[in-house]
Amino acid sequence: MSNELFRTCPESGLQFHRPAERLMKAHAVVAVVILLLGGIAALLVTLTRWPAVHLLPADRFYQLLTGHGVNMLIFWMISFEIAILYFCSSTLLRCRLATPKIAWLGFALMLLGIIINNAAVANGDASVMMTSYVPMPANPNFYLGLILFAVGALIGCFIFLATLVVAKDEKTYEGSIPLVTFGALTACIIAVFTIASGAIVLVPTWLWSLGLVNNIDAAMYRVVWWALGHSSQQINVAAHVAVWYAIAAIVFGARPLSEKVSRVAFFLYIAFLQLASAHHLLVDPGLSAEWKIFNTSYAMYLAVLASMVHGLTVPGSIEVAQRAKGYTKGLFQWLRKAPWGNPIFSGMFISLVGFGFLGGISGVVMGTEQINIIIHNTIYVPGHFHATVVIGSTLAFMSLTYFLIPTLFRKQVAFPAIARLQPYFFGLGMSVFALAMMGAGTLGVERRHWDMAFTNAALGFDYPASAYTLMGIMGMAGVVSILGGAMYILVTVVSVFFGKPVESESSFGIATTTLKRAEPVVVPDGGHAAAGKWGFAAPGTFLLAIFFLLIFVLYYAVNWKYLASVWPMS
Amino acid sequence: MSAIQPPAEIVWWKQPLDKVEGTWISIALVWSLIMFFMMPFWHIYGKQNLSSEAYKTTPQAFLAKTEAMVQQYTVRTVNTEKGPIPVVKPPPGSDVYLAGRLWQWYPLLEFEKGQTYRLHISSLDWQHGFSLQPVNINTQILPGYEMVLTVTPDTDGEQTIICNEFCGIGHHLMLGKIYVTDGASMEVGQ
Ligand code: HEM
Ligand SMILES: [Cu+2]
Ligand SMILES: [Cu+2]
Repeated sequence: MSNELFRTCPESGLQFHRPAERLMKAHAVVAVVILLLGGIAALLVTLTRWPAVHLLPADRFYQLLTGHGVNMLIFWMISFEIAILYFCSSTLLRCRLATPKIAWLGFALMLLGIIINNAAVANGDASVMMTSYVPMPANPNFYLGLILFAVGALIGCFIFLATLVVAKDEKTYEGSIPLVTFGALTACIIAVFTIASGAIVLVPTWLWSLGLVNNIDAAMYRVVWWALGHSSQQINVAAHVAVWYAIAAIVFGARPLSEKVSRVAFFLYIAFLQLASAHHLLVDPGLSAEWKIFNTSYAMYLAVLASMVHGLTVPGSIEVAQRAKGYTKGLFQWLRKAPWGNPIFSGMFISLVGFGFLGGISGVVMGTEQINIIIHNTIYVPGHFHATVVIGSTLAFMSLTYFLIPTLFRKQVAFPAIARLQPYFFGLGMSVFALAMMGAGTLGVERRHWDMAFTNAALGFDYPASAYTLMGIMGMAGVVSILGGAMYILVTVVSVFFGKPVESESSFGIATTTLKRAEPVVVPDGGHAAAGKWGFAAPGTFLLAIFFLLIFVLYYAVNWKYLASVWPMS
Repeated sequence: MSAIQPPAEIVWWKQPLDKVEGTWISIALVWSLIMFFMMPFWHIYGKQNLSSEAYKTTPQAFLAKTEAMVQQYTVRTVNTEKGPIPVVKPPPGSDVYLAGRLWQWYPLLEFEKGQTYRLHISSLDWQHGFSLQPVNINTQILPGYEMVLTVTPDTDGEQTIICNEFCGIGHHLMLGKIYVTDGASMEVGQ
């Protein structure tokens, strides 16, 4: 093991396999470049939906909205996730990456796919939105790019799985794989399912766009497309929850409250993922109520339950670690004394709270069979998923980057003052942005819509003034969050390409990692709970969870009440 | 051992739950079940449920049915910059046809408050979204499928149908109307 193929990070103690390291860097760099592209599109799209600005003409708006959706949701997320998969297998298991050459083939296919797809969108004849609902046609290269990217990502997934096998064979670790790797495994299994669905739907659609297939049924397309579209969100969730656990370990040396609970919760994601596409189809013609109810709830909300469990155990493990360090006063000293100036932690914590309170609650509410009637395809929907995939996944990945810059890239974090503020701009801006969208959607403002004033339409409609106000707030908050995104890209690009090399831990630029020094939290006599209150190991977290539940119940009830006020129908 | 290292106990599955975890899981499970049972409950006791009644159709067949209804029940036309559009007032209880096409909802409809209609909706070309505002009812409209909504308008006045599924460059121009009259003879809209 001690050949030059490996290097050990002197500060964190992590061991990197050099070929794996190069791959991680390549994937992360591509991801950040895509984030930049998607971010520029986000700015222009946001400035168009801000009614007082209404920047772009309609055709440009729809074109850039397509580019924003595909680049962000598919290319940025999955490119970064492949880097995470390699990190969680090769690095965390101290194992060589299986077949790096084939991994580079996967990388090349992903990159090629990104370029082909973006070229098609730039060409102007593929403004069909990321969903590319048939029978609206797009330039065939739009689908081809997605297919190549998916094949590349699939290769990445198999490399990850193969690496787990190698690690087991070569006995690079003892016992079971770490929880974080288990989370990555969850993401990977879901990804394989997702990509298979993607192939089933996109290959025929590509052939259809070439004139080789006659007809694709619109309803069928939606069922299979959402098996891709929703499950890929499940990949994101599994990946960012794994990142939360990883950051809790990196910053606090936290250990899971119990391995069993956290692992079962990950397992629930796998068990119920195939049901997920239903909540996108709740108001589609012809699907039975029984099918919708069972599937939209992922079988009685067991996957939602899993997220609620992670939502408790991640901060709970932090609380236990902090209490063990002596921050035991009251219910919340552990939280007050957390390193709020360290972007690795602050970003992760904002991600957790924003994902739960904004993304989680809104998602369950709008995924309720009947309540979907008052929300489907309004701008409430992008409000919801910017809270999940932007505050949740994207911000979690950003936080992890601040750890990877010194350890993986061996560069000091540039502009530490900017890095410290970045999660607040991005996370809080995004929170207001998402809330304003949800508000406007409740007033019936539509998503993917160029002109809420309907200026040149044959017939007209006036939204209430409050809808315009909310869309204005959305615009302003959107600009703030884009500023946060720009700060991230500035810090990352300057650090990685022009940064000073890391010499010692004190030169990380931001808070140092405690990874190597962190003593695993010792369980006091009488179990974790001895350090807490009421026999609870994490009483503060428990109180926060109860607060969360109260808001959840209240908001859920309000939406039923709203639904009851619309026209009776059956 | 932290979450990025293998579990300390080899048999980690025997490690007992923390009380805080067990308590939260129980509470969250109960809440999940409540949310689950709320949906069938609403099918029985609630008034807003989307029917699953739908038929396979074709654009030609659906347009023919729509045109037949327009022939029979047009009561007036609304003149717009882009030409006149018929307003159809079908008898209460009847089957009503509404076609989405690039980029209009055809025809305009007039309903009576408190009466029930079987509203058939389909698309003649691409996917569209039926979003009735301000009452706020939203459904997905697909070509080849005819969805039947049995609705009972309980507010009067003018409702606008906005397309809320992206359907190309004229998507934001695609509007329609349902005028709801309070009593048989009142004229609204125009
Ligand atoms: C930097 C902050 C961001 C801002 C201000 C922003 C803004 C917007 C806006 C205004 C829309 C259009 C909503 C509509 O008219 O339907 C939109 C759509 C979307 N955004 Fe973002 N966005 C941001 C970041 C992201 C990120 C990081 C992701 C994914 C990881 C993302 C994924 C999407 C998706 C999937 C859509 C929907 C596209 C569609 O309807 O096809 N956004 N965004
Ligand atoms: Cu339309
Ligand atoms: Cu449309």
